[in-house]
Amino acid sequence: MSARAWVGFVTLLHKELIRFWKVALQTVLAPVINALLYLLIFSHVLESHVEVYPGVSYTAFLMPGLVMMSMLQNAFANSSSSLIQSKITGNIVFVLLPPLSHLEFFAAYLIAAIVRGLVVGAGVMLVGALFTDLPLAHPGWILAFAISASAAFGALGIVAGIWADKFDHLAGIQNFVILPLTFLSGVFYSIHSLPAVWQTLSHYNPVFYMIDGFRYGFLGESDVSPWHAFAVVLPFALALAALSWRLLQSGYKLRH
Amino acid sequence: MIPAIEVQGLDKRYPGAHALCGVDLAIEPGEFFGLLGPNGAGKTTLISILAGLARASAGRARVLGFDVGRDYREARRRLGVVPQELVFDPFFTVRETLRFQSGYFGLRHNEAWIDELIAELGLVDKADTNLRRLSGGMKRRVLVAQALVHRPPVIVLDEPTAGVDVELRQSLWAFIRRLNGEGHTVLLTTHYLEEAETLCGRVAMLKAGRVVALDRTAHLLAGAQERRLELVLSPATLPDAFVPRLLSREGERFVLALPDLAELDAILAGLRASGRQVVDLAVRPADLETVFMRIMAGRST
Repeated sequence: MSARAWVGFVTLLHKELIRFWKVALQTVLAPVINALLYLLIFSHVLESHVEVYPGVSYTAFLMPGLVMMSMLQNAFANSSSSLIQSKITGNIVFVLLPPLSHLEFFAAYLIAAIVRGLVVGAGVMLVGALFTDLPLAHPGWILAFAISASAAFGALGIVAGIWADKFDHLAGIQNFVILPLTFLSGVFYSIHSLPAVWQTLSHYNPVFYMIDGFRYGFLGESDVSPWHAFAVVLPFALALAALSWRLLQSGYKLRH
Repeated sequence: MIPAIEVQGLDKRYPGAHALCGVDLAIEPGEFFGLLGPNGAGKTTLISILAGLARASAGRARVLGFDVGRDYREARRRLGVVPQELVFDPFFTVRETLRFQSGYFGLRHNEAWIDELIAELGLVDKADTNLRRLSGGMKRRVLVAQALVHRPPVIVLDEPTAGVDVELRQSLWAFIRRLNGEGHTVLLTTHYLEEAETLCGRVAMLKAGRVVALDRTAHLLAGAQERRLELVLSPATLPDAFVPRLLSREGERFVLALPDLAELDAILAGLRASGRQVVDLAVRPADLETVFMRIMAGRST
């Protein structure tokens, strides 16, 4: 990449980071509070009734799932909302007119989405630390799943942001795809507690592997091996990244 | 000399519409060029292809010799586009917007030029104001500054004065004229034909995606037969013999076609003979608007 192209990429990334940071109340604090409410309600109701793994409190079990759910939703929200807002207001021309390649465009939006996911995830963890003493059994796995899962949903956000023509389309994806995938992925429970058919179905949900692997990083316990989980999450993230890259390269709905 | 803008056989089809039908055009460096045409003629489509916002179905477009598709980085570095729509990013101030735009073009230390643009476009008081808080005219100035932030040799202005007050219009044109005088090529689309007549050395007229006229503005006007005779008569009625010449009636004022000045004597004599007194009289040369109207009405696709 030439020096000028590098400056272009860094500027776009900087702009995307500033964009969400300027409204951090809504883009960081709100999701942290949202996760905190889940934590308070579910741990209050279930703490004394449920023990998923021996010797692990329900709150400690719940925390990694909530952190991952928040990261996924916010990584998706970052790239998708930035693109749809720019498309609807028309200011997308400011990034289409300059000599930015689809690679720089893709990398800037994706990295900004990952950063937002990680910032929100860190926020949820910090607040959660007030309620439970969460172990850090395998920090490498924590990082690997945090980044790959945020990348997957950041890329999905790029795809959705390019495809959507109005906010309703995006809300549809959030409500009918993202929310069910995350809620039915083992955030609040171990899939071993489910009937056999739901257990089988859960294995087709990539978010299940993201949460299970991420949880392994903290607790050293999981429903499937972290290698198995990562072998699902990484190709899933790469496939979505390839799809979003291809859309940007083709100019679909951006360069008519 | 390499043309500032060159399009060859440029064709653009959308589902159910043929926006550009094989347009050929070459604009020399340093020209102030007008691209005129009614709504839907293909002006914005042509500009969008030059700017990389749209892709041609066929044909080629180059900016200073660089293909807008294959050499898009080089082509876009040389092109500054003021879009037609009043778009802005509501997250940022004027200065932030210009810094970002500068960075997208790969320019890191551009503060001196940004300051100059802010001063030239009368934005000094608003430099640290969020775009949301600016009036439409001020937002338009920011769009111009954004288009010029990388000092492009070729400037494209897509109806830049639509809905803009007289003061801004005058200062904008003074600034653009200065840039043109310094060697920047300017491509202008506008619905204000008197602007095009005053500013543009050459114009192309588009109709339904085709170039129907392409000439120096002075040649188009010189070759025009649309000289008009404006009369105020007493009594304020026009004799029947002159009705075929009548182009319009504006209040008390009759506007008659006067293709040949030599006819003036005969017309005045005819009016006197009919008992009319000429209260006021003016002979107007053809303007670009009249030429435009004739060309648009006269040629079909």
